[in-house]
Amino acid sequence: MTEVRLHNVLATAPRARRASALSAAITFGWRGMLKVKHVPEQLMDVTLTPVLFVLMFTYLFGGAIAGSTAEYLDYLLPGILVMSVLFTTVYSGVSLNTDLTKGVVDRFRSLPIWRPAPLVGALLGDSLRYLVAGTVIVVLGVALGYRPGAGVGGVVLALALVIVFAFALSWVFTTLGLLLRSPNAVMNAGFMGIFPLTFLSNVFVDPETLPGPLEAFVEVNPISVLATASRGLMEGNVESADIAVVLGTAALLTAVFAPLTTHLYRTRA
Amino acid sequence: MSFAQQRGRNSMSGNALAIEASGLVKSFGDTRAVDGVDLAVRAGSVYGVLGPNGAGKTTTIRMLSTLLRPEGGSARVLGHDIVTEADQVRGLISLTGQLASVDEELTGRENLVLLGRLLGLTWRAAKGRAADLLDAFGLTDAAGRLVKHYSGGMRRRLDIAASIVVRREVMFLDEPTTGLDPRSRNQVWDIIRAFAAEGTTILLCTQYLDEADQLADGIAVIDQGRVIAEGTPSQLKASVGSGALHVRLLDPDQRPEAERLLSRALSTVHLEPDPAALSAPCADGDRGAEAVAELSRAGVRVASFSLGQPSLDEVFLALTGHPAEDQTEDAEIAEEERA
Repeated sequence: MTEVRLHNVLATAPRARRASALSAAITFGWRGMLKVKHVPEQLMDVTLTPVLFVLMFTYLFGGAIAGSTAEYLDYLLPGILVMSVLFTTVYSGVSLNTDLTKGVVDRFRSLPIWRPAPLVGALLGDSLRYLVAGTVIVVLGVALGYRPGAGVGGVVLALALVIVFAFALSWVFTTLGLLLRSPNAVMNAGFMGIFPLTFLSNVFVDPETLPGPLEAFVEVNPISVLATASRGLMEGNVESADIAVVLGTAALLTAVFAPLTTHLYRTRA
Repeated sequence: MSFAQQRGRNSMSGNALAIEASGLVKSFGDTRAVDGVDLAVRAGSVYGVLGPNGAGKTTTIRMLSTLLRPEGGSARVLGHDIVTEADQVRGLISLTGQLASVDEELTGRENLVLLGRLLGLTWRAAKGRAADLLDAFGLTDAAGRLVKHYSGGMRRRLDIAASIVVRREVMFLDEPTTGLDPRSRNQVWDIIRAFAAEGTTILLCTQYLDEADQLADGIAVIDQGRVIAEGTPSQLKASVGSGALHVRLLDPDQRPEAERLLSRALSTVHLEPDPAALSAPCADGDRGAEAVAELSRAGVRVASFSLGQPSLDEVFLALTGHPAEDQTEDAEIAEEERA
C-alpha cells in the first residue's frame, strides 16, 4: 500500500450516477445468489425437508387416506409443492433479521438508492430458492410415478403461480424479521403461523371429510385456494376464479406488507 | 509544521461549512443519547468527535448520515437538510460504521463490485474500479476470499476502500481503528491523511485521544450527549494549562514509592491504568528533570520518562472529571439495540 497508489485511486474515483430502481434491486438479487454460491449447503433445508414430506405422506398415509399410494400422490403432489415453497418463505424473514445484525446494512441505508431495493432484491434472490424447492418436488413426484395431466406447460404455470404467491407472502415474514429480536425468534414465530395454516388446508386431505366449522375454515384458507389452483393447472382443469383469488390475495399481502417492511427497514435504529 | 497545518495551507476551500448541526437531540427510551449537539465543520477539514463509549458519538454520526431521524435540532451537509433532503445528502456522503460495513459472506471483490453497481457504475466499470481499489489497498491477494476470513486490519481497509468506490465530498468514519493492532492502525491513519490531502471533508469519531491529536484539525469533545469543549488540539491542550511528566517504571511494585517521591516534588500525581506508569502536572522542565533524578537516587528504577504538553487524555480528565475510557463497553450500541 503506497501513497502513490492511494493518491491515484482517489484521483481516478468515478462520479456516482443514480442507479435505477430496477438495477439496484437486481444487484441486491445478485448478492443473494452469491451467498447461495458460497454456501450451497443452505439449499439443503430447502430441498431435503420437502423430499421427506413427500415420501412420508405418500407411503405412510397414502393407503389410509386415499386407498392407494399412487392415487394419493396425484392428490398430494401439487399440495406439497405449495407447502414446501411456502415454508421456504419463512427463511426470507430469518435472513433479513440476520442481515440487520451486521454493519453492512448501515452502508446500504446510507446509499442514494431506491429505498425498497435491498428488500425487493433479496426477495428476488430468494425466489430462486423457491424455484429450486418447487423443482425438486416435481422431479421427485415424476420419479415416483406422478403424471400431470397438463404436461410440462401445466407444471411450469403452477410453479409460477406458487412463486408469485410466495413472493407476496415473504413480505409478511420480512416484516416479522424487522419486528423481532433474533433470527431464531423469526423462525419460531414464522413456523408457528405457516405450519397450522398449511395443515388446516386441503393440501393433505379432502376437506369434505372434516367437521363443519373446520371445513368452513379450510375452504376460505388462501393456501387451500392456491393448492386447488395448482392442482387445476397441473391437471388442466383450473378454474379462473381460483387464480383470481390467489393473485388478489398476493396483491393484497404485497400492498400491505411491502410498504410496512420498507418503512421499518428505513426507520429501525 | 504539523500535518494539519500543512493541509490547512494547501486547502482551497476557505471557510465554507461542510457540516453544520445545531441542537441535535436523540433519545433511546429514557436515555438522552444526544442532548443538544452543535457542530460546525469546515469544508476540506478533518474534524474529530472525541469521547468515551456511550458519549453519543455513534448516534450523532448516524443522524448526520441520515440513518436516524433527530428528535430535535437540525443539521445540513453541504447545504442539504439531513431530514428533508436526505436523498441528496446520501448522494454526497459515505459512511464507514463502527461495525465493519462490509458483507462478510461475500468476497472482497464482490463487496466492491456490489457497491459500484449500487452507485450507478456499469458492471464493467464496477469491476475495473474494484480491481484498482484492491490493488491500492493491498488486498489483491485476498480479493477472492470471503471477508469473514479476513483479519481485522484487512477488513477495515476493505471497509474504507468501499467508501471511495465513487467520489464522495464528505466521509463519516466511526471509530475506524478500534480493535486494530498498531501496524494496521498506522495504515488506516495513512489512508485518512491521503483522503484529507485530496480535500475530502472527514468527520472522525474516536475514543482514542492520540488519534484525534494525530489527524484532526478541529476537535469537539463530547460527553453524555453534549459537546463539552471545542477547538484545535493545541487550544484544547493549552486550556488545561501546564504540561506533564510521564514516568514508566521497570518494576510496578515500586510505584507506591515513586508516587510518594513525585508527590513531594511535584504535588498531585496521577496513577495511569498501566500498573507501572504514573504522571504528574509539571510546567517547569528543570523541576521535572530533578524529580526523575530523585527517583533514581532513591533506587526506583525508571524504564522511560517524558516531559511535554498535556495529552488529550489529561485534557479529557480535566474537562469531565473522569478518565476517557472508564465507561461501560459498548454502552452506546446496547442503547441503540434496545430502542
